[in-house]
Amino acid sequence: MTDTGLRRTPLYDRHLALGAKMVPFAGWDMPIQYAGIVAEHRAVRGAAGLFDLSHMGEFFFEGGGAQAALDRLVSSDIAGLEVGHARYGLLTNERGTIVDDVIVYRFAPDRLAMVVNAANIAKDATHLRRYLPADVRFDDLSDQTALIAPQGPRAVRILSRVADMNVDDLVPFGVTATKVAGVPATVARTGYTGEDGFEVFVPNADATTVWDALLDAGKVEGLQPIGLGARDTLRLESRFSLYGNEIDETTDPIEAGLAWTCKLDKEFLGRDNIAAARERGPTRRIAGLVVTGGVARHGHPVTVAGDAVGVVTSGTYGPTVDKNIALAYVPTASSKVGTALAVRIREKDVPATVVRTPFYKRSET
Amino acid sequence: MTVPPDLRYSKEHEWVRLEGDTATIGITHFAQEQLGDVVFVELPEKGARVRQFSSLGVVESVKAASDIYSPISGEVLERNVKVIEKPELVNTAPYQDGWMLRVKLADKGELQKLLSADDYRAHIGETPGSGGD
Repeated sequence: MTDTGLRRTPLYDRHLALGAKMVPFAGWDMPIQYAGIVAEHRAVRGAAGLFDLSHMGEFFFEGGGAQAALDRLVSSDIAGLEVGHARYGLLTNERGTIVDDVIVYRFAPDRLAMVVNAANIAKDATHLRRYLPADVRFDDLSDQTALIAPQGPRAVRILSRVADMNVDDLVPFGVTATKVAGVPATVARTGYTGEDGFEVFVPNADATTVWDALLDAGKVEGLQPIGLGARDTLRLESRFSLYGNEIDETTDPIEAGLAWTCKLDKEFLGRDNIAAARERGPTRRIAGLVVTGGVARHGHPVTVAGDAVGVVTSGTYGPTVDKNIALAYVPTASSKVGTALAVRIREKDVPATVVRTPFYKRSET
Repeated sequence: MTVPPDLRYSKEHEWVRLEGDTATIGITHFAQEQLGDVVFVELPEKGARVRQFSSLGVVESVKAASDIYSPISGEVLERNVKVIEKPELVNTAPYQDGWMLRVKLADKGELQKLLSADDYRAHIGETPGSGGD
């Protein structure tokens, strides 16, 4: 804590030295941009970028019942998660709405971890403590854990140069313990950019060592530090949901387009309501929009013939697709690809067309 | 050149270049730096009237939308079509190709309410002469 009331990651001084513009985010003083959002976005798509995600939450679970317990609290197939693998899923509540979106990691048969959104750490911890059986040990190590993410097509080469392994041996969503820049680290092949990439977990005390080593090793590859601004444009082009925008405790996974994260033939919190929602079919859905004549933003109404029928959840200029793109909740009947809608921007209805998502998908090599 | 000496400035970070009674309007280097990458510009059409210190249009950066306030009153003679097509001109050439409107000046007296280059530098916290001109 500082006199601004904002928390600082162990890399705070590095961000200032790199000329970052800092902004408050979920109670943290975080870099929004360094060189500029568009340049950073392009660096990640074309070469590599380095993110400080130390504000995010890291939970650890231990015990013979840990895997089964998490399987009942997370929407995806955690029971089937093998050692050395990670999986995306949703923490749901009894109503079948979304408490958070998370990644669950299995390090050892009885040792698992979960990465959660910074804004939800306290809420998720309370939720988990309420439902976890007494024989599962739960540790919230968010305050002690730094998360550094090299992302982009050259991340594999850069990280391999400073890690004690060829990280290309990790499959997508694979996770392993190794050393990075000489310090013990957990490395996962995960990310939030739509590119190949990694997330490196280290104790706070080792954060600057790992950050400096990666920036140094990445210099010749065009690695750049990336702020939260480009993190948002990258995830939006890839159509990844952002908690607080597309999903929250008022949205269910079906309307959010996250049915694929729900294993409905198992028991988990809210499963019956989610199955029923799928059976009924959602009345509204997240649709991808391309907007011409303005930039749609979170909260802008979506209109048809002047009537508000939906709402924009996220909107920006997408540097790679070079279009103004948005995600919005719209009536199911208006969610078909090709549907002509409008977004109300500054009292004016500007044209928007429903398009296929993701807006951007990297070519497989 | 971050604050050209021959222009007048508003506290809201717009500039005016006067040629006869034609005023060219844009936003300053400082403003574009604060905004970040500009991706959309909305400007009034020829014949529209703008009023001093009232909103004349909007620039959108990747992050957010911001109003542009007219530093002077008058009738719009021309808007910069190039900046509408290529909004990044606001970042790359805020005092040149990134201009926004040409306006027929209604009241020369309004210029008194604008800042000189030195006063504008002080306003944005730069010491005089540090602007690189």
